[in-house]
Amino acid sequence: MSALDDLRLGARFAVNGGREGWIRTILTAIGVGCGVALLLVTSAIPNALAARDQRDNARGEFVGEQSLDKPGRDTLLIGTVWSDYHDLSVRGRVLRPEGPGAPVPPGLSVLPKPGELAVSPALKELLDSPEGDLLKKRLNGPVTAVIGDQGLAGPNELAYYQGSDTLVRDEASRINRFQGFPQEGLDPILMLLVLVAFVVLLIPVAVLIAAAVRFGGERRDRRLAALRLVGADGRMTRWVAAGEALVGALFGLVVGAGLFFAARSMAGLITLERISVFPSDLAPAPALVVLVCLAVPAAAVLVTLLAMRGVVVEPLGVVRTAKPVRRRVWWRVLLPVAGLALLLPQIRRGDGGGHFDQNFVVLGTAMLLIGVTVLLPWVVEAVVTRLGKGPVSFQLAVRRLQLSSGTAARAANGIAVAVAGAIALQMLLSGTGEHYTRDNGASESEMQVAVHAASPAAPGADQLRKDLAAITGVEKTFAYARTGLGDSPSGGEHYADVTVADCTALRELVELTSCKDGDVFLAAGKDLKGFTPGHAYFLDPAMPGEPESRLSWTLPAGAPTVPLKPAVGRYPVNGVFATPSAMPAAVKPSYDHRFTLKLDLGVPNVVEHVRNTAYAADPMVQAMGMTDGQTDHRYVQIRRGVLAGAACVLLLIGASLLISQLEQLRERRKLLAALVAFGTKRSTLGWSVLWQTALPVGLGLLLAVAIGYGLGAVLLLMTGFRVGVDWRAIASMSGLGAGVVLLVSLLSMPALWRLMRPDGLRTE
Amino acid sequence: MTSAAPAGSLLTATGLHKAYGSTPALDGASFSIHPGEVVAVMGPSGSGKSTLLHCLAGIVTPDSGLITYDNRNLSAMADRERSALRRSDFGFVFQFGQLVPELTCVENVALPLRLNGAKRKDAERTALSWLERLEVDTVAAQRPGEVSGGQGQRVAVARALAPNPRVIFADEPTGALDSLNGERVMELLTDAARSTNAAVVLVTHEARVAAYSDREVVVRDGKSRDLTLEFTG
Amino acid sequence: MSISHTLLGLLEAGPRHGYDLKRTFDEKFGHDRPLAYGQVYATMSRLLKNGLVEVDGTESGNGPDRKTYAITDAGITDVEQWLASPEKPEPYLQSTLYTKVVLALLTDRPAGQLLDTQRAEHLRLMRNLTDRKRRGDLADQLICDHALFHLEADLRWLELTAARLERLAAEVRR
Repeated sequence: MSALDDLRLGARFAVNGGREGWIRTILTAIGVGCGVALLLVTSAIPNALAARDQRDNARGEFVGEQSLDKPGRDTLLIGTVWSDYHDLSVRGRVLRPEGPGAPVPPGLSVLPKPGELAVSPALKELLDSPEGDLLKKRLNGPVTAVIGDQGLAGPNELAYYQGSDTLVRDEASRINRFQGFPQEGLDPILMLLVLVAFVVLLIPVAVLIAAAVRFGGERRDRRLAALRLVGADGRMTRWVAAGEALVGALFGLVVGAGLFFAARSMAGLITLERISVFPSDLAPAPALVVLVCLAVPAAAVLVTLLAMRGVVVEPLGVVRTAKPVRRRVWWRVLLPVAGLALLLPQIRRGDGGGHFDQNFVVLGTAMLLIGVTVLLPWVVEAVVTRLGKGPVSFQLAVRRLQLSSGTAARAANGIAVAVAGAIALQMLLSGTGEHYTRDNGASESEMQVAVHAASPAAPGADQLRKDLAAITGVEKTFAYARTGLGDSPSGGEHYADVTVADCTALRELVELTSCKDGDVFLAAGKDLKGFTPGHAYFLDPAMPGEPESRLSWTLPAGAPTVPLKPAVGRYPVNGVFATPSAMPAAVKPSYDHRFTLKLDLGVPNVVEHVRNTAYAADPMVQAMGMTDGQTDHRYVQIRRGVLAGAACVLLLIGASLLISQLEQLRERRKLLAALVAFGTKRSTLGWSVLWQTALPVGLGLLLAVAIGYGLGAVLLLMTGFRVGVDWRAIASMSGLGAGVVLLVSLLSMPALWRLMRPDGLRTE
Repeated sequence: MTSAAPAGSLLTATGLHKAYGSTPALDGASFSIHPGEVVAVMGPSGSGKSTLLHCLAGIVTPDSGLITYDNRNLSAMADRERSALRRSDFGFVFQFGQLVPELTCVENVALPLRLNGAKRKDAERTALSWLERLEVDTVAAQRPGEVSGGQGQRVAVARALAPNPRVIFADEPTGALDSLNGERVMELLTDAARSTNAAVVLVTHEARVAAYSDREVVVRDGKSRDLTLEFTG
Repeated sequence: MSISHTLLGLLEAGPRHGYDLKRTFDEKFGHDRPLAYGQVYATMSRLLKNGLVEVDGTESGNGPDRKTYAITDAGITDVEQWLASPEKPEPYLQSTLYTKVVLALLTDRPAGQLLDTQRAEHLRLMRNLTDRKRRGDLADQLICDHALFHLEADLRWLELTAARLERLAAEVRR
């Protein structure tokens, strides 16, 4: 018979092998299916993100090289509104056409008339629901259109366009077509995140698929032994086994496709990180699909053939090659070292917008993670051969591991890789987290309302302040005006902020012993290089392209240096604090006005009332929360996402671990019964089962923490961020791994108890 | 159908009934054994002889009937007590699958001692002396998979004897051995048992193995008959 | 094999002619070695002399011996004792044992018990031989082993017969 015939025979066994054969096939199919679905989803994510980016870009208001100075028949004024509602962010644009040919944003057929709103479906739903009541007060125009899908980044995006006839050039951009910033590809750090996430997800999936095609292997071997008895040779049995695995893998592809489509149809319901994806965007590249369809069955055959190498199926039973070759360490270490070598030259490339060599990053990360899988068997073997002391349960487990550490290590491998990857990813996320975080949560007790000087609302700043102060729940209002100080009319070399406020408000920012109107203070610890008290400088120095400022101002000679209050970090200041009458009146039009509000969060929705009031004054007025510390939702959400993903992978691996554990227990039925006969306690055997999983997985976790931390550190160094030990990530991931071990051991207990009944002693 | 426990017996059972599902395995069986006595339990397969052994050893609880060991009511003990008793007072030899494949032979023999709380070193020293006694000390460091069937069974006998049990339960101990090896194992087992005054309950279907006993009990259809007592006693 | 006990046992079912006895004996136990009539005659006269049988009557005719024999109470006791006592274990015992079993079945005596008794006797001898073997040298061992293997064969036969007792009873009583 040819190998093909043998494969076909194996395939027949998989389908006609009776209940046992079916169960095996189904288990393999489920395992492989989960892996395939994960593969398909992950391979579809870049496409989905690209489609999203493309749509987002097509509606951008990037002005381009030559700005449009004059209104034309095809120009449009567009103002950006960053408005948050509770913890949702709303993308708002105010549109004022300046001629009949003004561009219409994607997703709309006509521009909304002044006051009218065009909203996204998700926003419409929110406005129509009771939860949207307060937002409805803010966006109080009539909704006359719904933005089409092509005008939205994702299905759950909250966005609106509002027509206006009052928008002025100073607070808006003038465009004659919608276009985004010229794309330079993904931000290198984001790119790094995506790449690492890929490798981190895919390697455990590969381990999982490899484990899945081995499900039920020991029983299968016995069936193969029967085949040998009727005359099949060793080579044939291997191919028959491969045939069985192949069928499982093919079913797995079908299951995987099913799961993928199920996941895809649900994709529209999920908003992760404010990113939602249209199901239609979630389409893996055809080449990748073909690759998966070919690679998975091929891998199934290959893994089976490899696994069968160590097994000699004799006509009367199965012999596992008793003395496994001693594992050599040098090439196992080589792999992670090589991975590290690939990554190290990339260090600091991400600093200042540089670019990483993608291939190096992917290869290096993959090699480090695969390094875990090749190092672990050696580590387990090396550690386990040195163990043996301890209670009986421990001895039983250790001896078992000594005899077949490979099987145990293989099971632990998946967990270790997943954990190592997740730790690295989390470190990268938390390290770069600050960078990508825009403080905008609504749970803060302080808010800032910024009124740009250019806004026509600026003269009404006092009015706005009164309105804000009148809101129930606003306990205090501090007003700040801000301008700049330069050493030359055209900007010059040095620049400092000048914050103008009354003494009460200033005391919020700096430590003052005495203060009266007319005083000027210099902030201690901040860089005031280039500014000397007693010298004259220029207020509101020009920005590039702006007309030069001629407002000269002398920094008072005796201005005292005062310490900044710690909380000042939230309010970006770096220089001069002045009371109002210390400043010349002529500088007033250049002021940016800001109000810092102290809120009583016990008053429901006070934040939304503030936002509504600010919005009512002018949509362009920004009202944002100020956060204390780094506890922002965004990061927590990412952490949760990674944790959830890792938990899923770990659970899948745990399931495969459980299956092999149960199989092993069934194999040892007689032995267990004999052990019970001479009085072995259940707890002794229970502990030995736990040790047997816990030891390799524990070692795997240690290795995973080491390599995961190393990888995370290198990746962080690559981005130029500070490397810190993210104990929470390490603890949560290791905890997850340990939890899986516990769960698997716990779930195998009923089977153990059952097998420990004396029935096992009865000879058939 | 032996009458009540003869005086001085170590382990006695009367009127044992046990059914697995609807099939009765024991249907009024009785048994008794003295210290230092070797009793063969014979009978056709499926007659209930293994079940009788399991009941006597406290592995299986009979549905009804009384088992007393050393004046204690074994049938009334909780599973934990019975397990403890098996660890301290009983030894077991089975036909196959009883040695832990991962442990070396000496560790296998030391296992029941360690389960009884002995220190690892002490347990292994005792184990080694038993292996010597059973002429298999040469395989002490090997794993059961690496020794012959006869050697393995001797290791199993050593393990049963190591904790100095008062009763040894042997279920077809020579079932997997050729006659020469089987007889040697029986010789060593009975010699050692007699020298320590341990009782041996020997389940076998082989007459030549049963011939190593002092007395024979036949189990047929779940009922036991003590032939030796009845006819030649 | 004790022919006298066998013939005596056959008479328990009812009085018979000598010729009748021979025919029944041949049918049930003779198989390849039919009983000589003279042996029946000789055995009967000895049993008569010992008071184990009595003459029930004589049929007229020209045949050599038309006497009808019947078993006495003493004869019944004798059969019972014979069946209950185990045979000395020795090779090729089956024919006697078989006869005993069939007779026990024919006379509604507990055949199983007979087998068990025999079993116990066999095992007793085996135990003795085993004991001798353990003490003896190689020659002893080999000699004992020979006997042990034969006895084991007997024992197996006993077990087999015990297991098939019901079927045998049905066939014998047919």
